[in-house]
Amino acid sequence: MHRTGELYGHFQTLEQQKDSATLGMWIFLATEILFFGGLFLTYSINRQTYPGVFADASKTLDLTLGTLNTAVLIASSLTMAMAVWSAEAGKKKLIPVYLILTLILGTVFLGVKAVEYHAKYVEHHIPGLPFQFEPGSTAATNAHAELFFSLYFGMTGLHALHMVVGVGLLLWLLRQSLKGRFTAEYNTPIENVGLYWHFVDIVWIYLYPLLYLIDRHK
Amino acid sequence: MSEHSEHIVSPKIYLIIFASLMILTATTAYAATVDLDGYFKGLNVIVALVIATCKASLVVLFFMHAYYSTKRTKLIIICGVFWLAIMLFLTMSDYATRS
Amino acid sequence: MATTTTAPVHTMPRDHYLNSTYGIRSWLLTTDHKRIAWLYLAGVTFFFTLGGIFAAMIRVHLLTPSGLLVSPETYNKLFTMHGVAMIFFFLIPSIPAVLGNFLIPLMIGAKDVAFPKLNLLSWYVYIIGGCFVLYSFATGGLDTGWTFYTPLSSVYSNSAVAPAVIGIFINGFSSILTGMNFAVTIHTMRAPGMTWFRLPLFVWAHYATSIIFILGTPVIAITLLLVALERTLHLGFFNPALGGDPILFQHLFWFYSHPAVYIMILPAMGVISEIIPTFARKPIFGYTFIAASSISIAVIGFFVWAHHMFLTGESTYAALAFSLLSFLVAIPSAVKVFNWTATLYKGSISYDTPMLYALGFIGLFLIGGLTGLFLACLGLDIDIHDTYFVIAHFHYIMVGGAIMGYLGGLHFWWPKITGKLYPEFLARIAAVTLFVGFNLTFGPQFLLGLMGMPRRYHNYPPEFQVLNVLSTAGASILALGYLLPMVYFTWSVRYGKAAGPNPWPATGLEWTTASPPPTENFDVTPVVDWEPYDYKNRPDLGLTAPAAPLAPAHGDD
Repeated sequence: MHRTGELYGHFQTLEQQKDSATLGMWIFLATEILFFGGLFLTYSINRQTYPGVFADASKTLDLTLGTLNTAVLIASSLTMAMAVWSAEAGKKKLIPVYLILTLILGTVFLGVKAVEYHAKYVEHHIPGLPFQFEPGSTAATNAHAELFFSLYFGMTGLHALHMVVGVGLLLWLLRQSLKGRFTAEYNTPIENVGLYWHFVDIVWIYLYPLLYLIDRHK
Repeated sequence: MSEHSEHIVSPKIYLIIFASLMILTATTAYAATVDLDGYFKGLNVIVALVIATCKASLVVLFFMHAYYSTKRTKLIIICGVFWLAIMLFLTMSDYATRS
Repeated sequence: MATTTTAPVHTMPRDHYLNSTYGIRSWLLTTDHKRIAWLYLAGVTFFFTLGGIFAAMIRVHLLTPSGLLVSPETYNKLFTMHGVAMIFFFLIPSIPAVLGNFLIPLMIGAKDVAFPKLNLLSWYVYIIGGCFVLYSFATGGLDTGWTFYTPLSSVYSNSAVAPAVIGIFINGFSSILTGMNFAVTIHTMRAPGMTWFRLPLFVWAHYATSIIFILGTPVIAITLLLVALERTLHLGFFNPALGGDPILFQHLFWFYSHPAVYIMILPAMGVISEIIPTFARKPIFGYTFIAASSISIAVIGFFVWAHHMFLTGESTYAALAFSLLSFLVAIPSAVKVFNWTATLYKGSISYDTPMLYALGFIGLFLIGGLTGLFLACLGLDIDIHDTYFVIAHFHYIMVGGAIMGYLGGLHFWWPKITGKLYPEFLARIAAVTLFVGFNLTFGPQFLLGLMGMPRRYHNYPPEFQVLNVLSTAGASILALGYLLPMVYFTWSVRYGKAAGPNPWPATGLEWTTASPPPTENFDVTPVVDWEPYDYKNRPDLGLTAPAAPLAPAHGDD
């Protein structure tokens, strides 16, 4: 893998190389839209079928933590964008600063999710392990609430997995930036990891209202 | 063809976008506590999705530089969203028209 | 002019991609798209053989009305494993991963694909997915049908469903990586002068296929992941007993699996678009329309999936919409058939083996495609859904169409890939054998379907026996048609005559380089200043007409 912005084997020009990398990342993100999309479809159909239970189940999620996490992730998108800007503007010393900030915010997000998952574990709301919604729920309510939580863990879990991959990519970028590899002429990896990071943020932007904000007015 | 013009988006724009995203997040959290479903069934979720789409658009256009990018990139984004829309819309239409 | 008696004697080039490095590591760690094509050739041939064995067992079993060979439970496993092996591990990868990988960089004048390491990764992902599925086959098999309808697959089946769906899930990423690679390669790696409208139609076909790989495959991936989770963790997405919805599974499944059939046919159509002009010695008729029809099929193909669900309680409105859209998607396919036929008109036709496959394709695809319209017809579908009519329809397209396209392509480009000529006389015999065997196998199945024989049944009423026996007889001839190329292709690698750069001759950048090509494909980056399929105007290939100006390029990127 070329890390210094030199021309790699089969490419003819640096521009072609950069163009390919960025186009590849955008196409990959298009596949991710459809990948998460299948879960969003499943969610939509199930919520339409069991609106009451989904609302009750959603209310057992911690709204404060969910909203906080949304703010944290959006902030991490800001710092990520600033990391890309630092590279484009040639401010090499700033790149690791913003990458570290993004890493911290990303880790905070994952930490909060761990706290939330633990709370669900304690309440016996994790499907697959013995699942029990409110004591005294009918079998049907229990099953439908388990559907909500299957989707909750499935969607936020898949999202968290993507965050973990993102953290790994950021660590790699951090290492490269500390070696001074990124310049105003060559910063494609930061830009592309940035695209990935922002996409993961967008998924959460939709997950938050769909999972946390069902019928909160009732 | 380069992916976007040599135009570098300034930190000032990023901060404005960030502030907008924070305001929209607060708005959606607040709107969820208001009984909009009383006016029109399903209004709460519609408002929530509209706000989420505004937020997502700001992220795509400015953080991801789509506003400044080539037609090709914009086409890929539109296609991804459009295909998701086909899947959601046609499936939900089938459900909606079943007896 | 195709087969002149004074053919020049060629020798193999001294250095080429096959002998540039030696040893198993140089193959298993290669990033050369041409070697990766060989890796895929090995993989898809293995799964084709496995799927073929299951098919043979099915046909033998169905020789008698009460079933000759296996128990009903085993029969369910046979047709399931046949479908899974053939669709996911043979048909979907075959032309793109073997011929597409080998040819696309050559056809556009590039040294390799955009992401050579991802290309190798996609092969390993394919193999790992395949291993999971083989493990499933070996530890109890699979009896749900390749369509994995729930809750049978997710709850009640006693077969090894989880490893199989995980294997197909993993294999999906192989497709996604290939699609990404091809799309980026075609956008960014074209040689100077190779504008979009000078691209060979094979490349257009693969670009359209890549769109489907990219946008469709992720949906089957998440769906099968959900089935695996449901099965292992007893979740309830698709299980009615837990409030889940089997229809939701079918929507998610078919959203990919219908466009998947276009993944299987579009590359084959691309092959035909290369073969027909070459052996009719004429530019292809309606280049722009054929290119546009490939993209149309890829797009419209995403709107029709619920025609697999007409009998699940769809409302008349939904069914009408999907039926109409299914009729619409047939139009671009028909455009292609018209244009190929128009290319043949007043052409100077020679019947070399690739052309035999191409001509066979046109006829058999026509039958398969038209019978698809029968199925898209709502009233008719009520009677023929889930009968042998459906089986005959899709085998006409997938075998009569896709596999003949694959074999035609293998024959056409074999000289380029190996530098050797296959034995022409034997190859023509094999092609005719295959054609006869195929029609004898699947023609009777249309009649069986119309008479009411259901699919996926291990037995049948005695009045259907004659047609079933005919079908099995055809299958044995078909098997011979498949075996012969396996034998003589292998023979030709060692003993075949050296082919030279352009034995046909054909236009197209891949034919301007040596056979086999050097590792970097071209000694000098080509600059393209000719139109595709310009059989009248390529003096460099010995194809000239009275001086005519080159058409100007249609347009740029």
